[in-house]
Amino acid sequence: MIEEPLLSVRDLRVTFPPRRGRPAVRAVEGVSFDLRRGETLGLVGESGSGKTTTGRAVLQLQRPSAGSVRLLGRELTDMASGDLRAMRRHMQFVLQNPYTSLHPRMTVGQILSEPLAVHRAVPPNRRAERVAELLSLVHLDPKVVDRYPHEFSGGQRQRIVIARALAVNPDLVVCDEPVSALDVRTQAQIVQLLSELQDKLGLSYLFIAHDLAIVRSLAHRLAVMFGGRIVELGDADRIYETPVHPYTQSLLDAVPIPDPALQRARLARVAPEPHIPRHEADLSPCCFGEDHRATGRPRWHEVGPGHHVSCHFWPTAQAGADGANAGQG
Amino acid sequence: MNDAAPRPGARGRLLLTIGLVMLAVLVAVMVLGPSLAPYSPSRTTPDSLAGPTAQHWLGTDSIGRDLLSRLIVGGRSTLLITFASVALALCAGLVLGLASGYLGGRVDLVVMRLLDVIFAFPVFLLAIAVVAALGPTVPNLILTIAIVYTPTLARVVRAPVLSVKRWDHVEAARSVGVREFDIATRHVLPLVVSPIIVQTSLTLANTIFTVTALSFLGLGPPPPDPNWGSMLAEARQFMELAPLTVIGPAIAIVFASLTFIVLANGLREALDVGSR
Repeated sequence: MIEEPLLSVRDLRVTFPPRRGRPAVRAVEGVSFDLRRGETLGLVGESGSGKTTTGRAVLQLQRPSAGSVRLLGRELTDMASGDLRAMRRHMQFVLQNPYTSLHPRMTVGQILSEPLAVHRAVPPNRRAERVAELLSLVHLDPKVVDRYPHEFSGGQRQRIVIARALAVNPDLVVCDEPVSALDVRTQAQIVQLLSELQDKLGLSYLFIAHDLAIVRSLAHRLAVMFGGRIVELGDADRIYETPVHPYTQSLLDAVPIPDPALQRARLARVAPEPHIPRHEADLSPCCFGEDHRATGRPRWHEVGPGHHVSCHFWPTAQAGADGANAGQG
Repeated sequence: MNDAAPRPGARGRLLLTIGLVMLAVLVAVMVLGPSLAPYSPSRTTPDSLAGPTAQHWLGTDSIGRDLLSRLIVGGRSTLLITFASVALALCAGLVLGLASGYLGGRVDLVVMRLLDVIFAFPVFLLAIAVVAALGPTVPNLILTIAIVYTPTLARVVRAPVLSVKRWDHVEAARSVGVREFDIATRHVLPLVVSPIIVQTSLTLANTIFTVTALSFLGLGPPPPDPNWGSMLAEARQFMELAPLTVIGPAIAIVFASLTFIVLANGLREALDVGSR
């Protein structure tokens, strides 16, 4: 029997209520995925695709309007706030911008002690020791405990944010674009650190990003989001080699190849970006030739082992035209 | 926003220094009051409405009491009422403003509408009504003035809380599992103190006027005890005979009020309020 996943998300929906005459925004529309222990799931997509909202809804920082989120076999969506706070020691959050996600008037020591105190993770007399341990874990000098966040660079701050997330030995860390606010050299160091910590501590990451190169270096599996839905989900390597959904293809095509000649040739060859419809009528049959209204099954198709593609958001002209042969050459 | 420590400009530093020196004078008068005064404020002499002499530096009032002693002792009472009522208003304003801004929604709606009702009354009308209803005792006066200034302070607390509660470090604290109460008091409140300090100082300046005006109208502490407001009222009819009996308390009131205005302006520049 397959081991139960650490995190299991089913049909997650987040709808923001209508405000000032604007209609309700359906930011996440039925997202489902599993995350196994020690695994990294990359969640990619363009701005507004709902990936950050998905991450926040998994952590219950944004209460989902429907669906289920199970962590360690426990349902989070209907949990009382006290129990949920206790569950937070198993799931932590690394935010995008290290310049704003640290309390400007708290020292590093205070910032790192807070989760320890909240969850009574270590007795008060051992907190200083644990803080020093955390700082060395993220390769910072334990002597910095009395400094304030503004005395550090962006990369160092992000290390502090990561140390805070790891303070209570979580099982799941949701990383929301953890490196996109940093310069390129620092990005590589933080990615290296995250992967090293995963090996050392057996962490699972839900890694939200728009930079495909960074996701590729970390993620075992990949979920591509568009318009509030996952349009493609599978092993990262497989999706990078043979993307099936037209949106995934255009997303991967947007990554430049670091070879001017090849890149120029590719630009000349690649057809203009397909227009991906944000809203579409129920096509019957869908691009995979299935009439979902007749079969009643979800619009979700397995195109390879563990590789699933949605038949939502296919450009009408292209519908059904390309199946598994849709690599980028 | 937090990269460079706020550097008070030369002007701010000067204002702050002047304000602090003036405040020190006020606090000294308040604390040392009776021991500083040359005579008992209620001791009468046959020399009424006398000008300045070696014995009575500022002269005497209509029943021959030493004006300087009455100013010093009266200042103690005036300042005590001022500080106590602003302290009370600040406590209420902090609790209501923080709860209203942080919790939002229905709490915000109810609290702010209630404060609007208080706010809608002219300060003096409200103060006179409350003192008249409850009686002109010192605790009542303090309570009244505290009620009058609570809405202003609550608003000054609420406005920055509304924005700070959406900052990333607040969400980070929530994701760590910090209790909402601790988030509000430890992660939000410390970042909104600057405007509150400035507004408190300005409120102190206004309160000096309110306290003395109410005393002037006879709604302050009862007669035997001196008080800047009641001294002005008593001396008014002898203004032409002995101008110092009016000028003395008037200057004291202006000095005290100016202290807090200067202090507020100094603090505003030193704490960099408004540039955030």
